[in-house]
Amino acid sequence: MVTPVIQVQDLSKSFGDNSVLRRVSMDVATGETVVIIGASGSGKTTFLRCLNRLEEPSAGNVRLDGNPVMNSGSEKQIADQRSQFGFVFQRFNLFPHFSALDNVAIGPEKVRGMSKSDARALAAAELKRVHMSDHAMKRPVQLSGGQQQRVAIARALAMKPRVMLFDEPTSALDPELVQEVLDVMKELANGGMTMVVVTHEMNFAREVADRVIYMEDGRIAEEGPPEILFREPKSPGAQRFLRHLTHE
Amino acid sequence: MTIDWGIILESIPLLGHGVVVTLQVSALASVLGLVLGVVLGLCSLSHSRPLRLIVAGYVDFIRGTPLLIQIFLVFFALPALGIRFDEFWAGVVALSLNSAAFVAEVVRGGVGSIERGQSEAATAIGMRHRQILVYILLPQAYRQMVPPLTNELISLVKNSSLLSVISVYELTRAGQAIISVHFVPFEIYTLLAVYYYVLIKVLSWLSGRLERRLPTW
Ligand SMILES: Nc1ncnc2c1ncn2[C@@H]1O[C@H](COP(=O)(O)OP(=O)(O)O)[C@@H](O)[C@H]1O
Ligand SMILES: [Mg+2]
Repeated sequence: MVTPVIQVQDLSKSFGDNSVLRRVSMDVATGETVVIIGASGSGKTTFLRCLNRLEEPSAGNVRLDGNPVMNSGSEKQIADQRSQFGFVFQRFNLFPHFSALDNVAIGPEKVRGMSKSDARALAAAELKRVHMSDHAMKRPVQLSGGQQQRVAIARALAMKPRVMLFDEPTSALDPELVQEVLDVMKELANGGMTMVVVTHEMNFAREVADRVIYMEDGRIAEEGPPEILFREPKSPGAQRFLRHLTHE
Repeated sequence: MTIDWGIILESIPLLGHGVVVTLQVSALASVLGLVLGVVLGLCSLSHSRPLRLIVAGYVDFIRGTPLLIQIFLVFFALPALGIRFDEFWAGVVALSLNSAAFVAEVVRGGVGSIERGQSEAATAIGMRHRQILVYILLPQAYRQMVPPLTNELISLVKNSSLLSVISVYELTRAGQAIISVHFVPFEIYTLLAVYYYVLIKVLSWLSGRLERRLPTW
């Protein structure tokens, strides 16, 4: 059997006595795109952040290519492992003091130890992939939200991650800028990238997702292929959530 | 009372040498204090608890003791430990050590105020804490650090007058030399006040220009 890229087993996370994730288990296969939906506060962001250890899980474990994601070891080992996960934030979080190019180049240079010129060459290629070559020398403030998010995607891709994690990548964008970001994500998925995407863009999920997961109260309440889960959700929670979403 | 205008006219150039020394001491101490202060400030943000405690202790000591005592400690106590400076360098070292503690606090505050998403984004691509401080957070804090650092520089220039007690021939000491010969304290101290005031106005103006030239994001 082929080892899944990500294996999550009984992952739990509490903040104080607030149980945010309750024994979540799931696998993500190579090249698979998993979309996570669920009401605000259901634990989607926390789940993604526990995968790359931006947040320390309270219990359970995560494996990447079969290797446990460490919580001990040297800072460098932990950082190197974390860099195998590409993470795209809701609010882009680009570095405002760098050009688009340097936002993408800084990781390869400082983390992978590439020379500045090699890092920039790689960054230029990644910017091309997200159709941002024309804006390479601009600072983030000079870019629209959609452009910033595409640079953020390139920044993550430049680390050659095993999997890309997206946390509501279009929810902070003006409606007219959403599609350009979704298009880039779709190209990535079609190119074989393994992706876990938290999003409420139903059309994207329908077209791109191999599997949709509905989260409720820190649990996976339901999962399945999009055409089935969207058409006939079984759990009352998913039914209510999807009805609410399509009526917006 | 009568004002001795003659002595004022005579003193203006005589004090010029003192101004030069004051500027030299201040420039050296502010550069050394800035460098040391940035290093200490970054240490106070490090993940190493001993390092943080050492810096916190240092800052606490500097803030909790008079500068005059710190100057005497550097000038009299360090030689007893075999570390010897002439008056000028003792003054520079004392002012630098003092200023570094304040700069460290400014750096800590400035870097600490940068939005959390910045260090998370850098963490997510695998950068390490030290790299994040140096390449991501500190550069974004420069501009907001300029006003408090200017205040620190102004304090430093004013505080340099205390070096007269260890006979550094800076502005205040130069004035006192004239007073001891001619006994004209009112005229000379007034003149010194004007000198310091002008120096500080010029520094504030330069700092305002620097702040405007630094980029905002
Ligand atoms: N750092 C944190 N400290 C305390 N509570 C948190 C923290 N992060 C998230 N939470 C709580 O965890 C719950 C789930 O949050 P989140 O994972 O952001 O949900 P979602 O992304 O699905 O909206 C919320 O109740 C939130 O208040
Ligand atoms: Mg969220």
